[in-house]
Amino acid sequence: MIHCLRQPWPWYVAGPLIGLTVPLLLLIGNKNFGVSSSLRHICAACLPAKVPFFQYDWKKEAWQLFFVAGILAGGCVAGTLLQNPGPMRVNPALLAEMKGYGMNVSFPELIPNSLFNWRVLLNLNGFLMIAGGFLVGFGTRWAGGCTSGHSIMGLSNLQWPSLVATISFMAGGFFMANVLLPVILKHLTW
Amino acid sequence: MVKYLVSGLLFGVILVKSEVVSWWRIQEMFRLESFHMYGVIGSAVATGILSIWIIKKFRIKTWAGEPIEPKIVPFQKGQIFGGLLFGFGWAITGACPGPLFALIGAGFSVVIVTLLAAIAGTYVYGLLREKLPH
Repeated sequence: MIHCLRQPWPWYVAGPLIGLTVPLLLLIGNKNFGVSSSLRHICAACLPAKVPFFQYDWKKEAWQLFFVAGILAGGCVAGTLLQNPGPMRVNPALLAEMKGYGMNVSFPELIPNSLFNWRVLLNLNGFLMIAGGFLVGFGTRWAGGCTSGHSIMGLSNLQWPSLVATISFMAGGFFMANVLLPVILKHLTW
Repeated sequence: MVKYLVSGLLFGVILVKSEVVSWWRIQEMFRLESFHMYGVIGSAVATGILSIWIIKKFRIKTWAGEPIEPKIVPFQKGQIFGGLLFGFGWAITGACPGPLFALIGAGFSVVIVTLLAAIAGTYVYGLLREKLPH
């Protein structure tokens, strides 16, 4: 059993389970599934300032902070008890391309170690991960939601503006991954 | 609040075990090099649509007996502009907000920096909000 759980879960198991998070949160407390607004609550709770966008009673939304704390704990369980013993299987074409940019791809983990580690934080690689994170926070709040709030919850409730948001997420991602990111990766030092 | 913590825990386990938190899987998705992410998101949405349809059809109530009201999403231009910017960030970091928390839990401590940058991005949006088109 535990051996089976440690293998990567296929999409037809993981997808429906992720989808069930929608009715789960509705049933246990009438909550709309979403993750990115937790970042707004963190700002409202931790950064004192007279910014109207952060002046609201974040404690009323505290459930979401418990939810993301749970995600962190879940990551911990999956990364220890249920850790996949083998290397990740990645499309060989993608590995070959990244190797061409100078990335070390010999034993791929969930995220590439040569792009995400404390040592490269102060050079351009680190800047890339900070800039990317900034865009995630800025973009999701401007869009009013992320993959969970719009693409899963909004689409599940047949909200067409969430479809607009999802198409925009994908368009931005396709452009970055295929056009800009290859140019950036070529100029990194590894 | 424990129920939300446990829900998050289950969600976090699924995110990591299905590898949707992986930078590699996100690159494969945006380069059409794998079906995995499309399968995950597609079947998640199908399950969600069916679930909400059942909840509405049978007027199922919450455990506390309240009527369930899934949110209505009004259109605003930020869904396009912000959506594109989030797409850029998603392709760079290989993570949306949920996976950022899950990756930190899974032992990739440096992702804390990406999460702090995302919090900073949210904060700067809050500062500039009045000046941006919505």
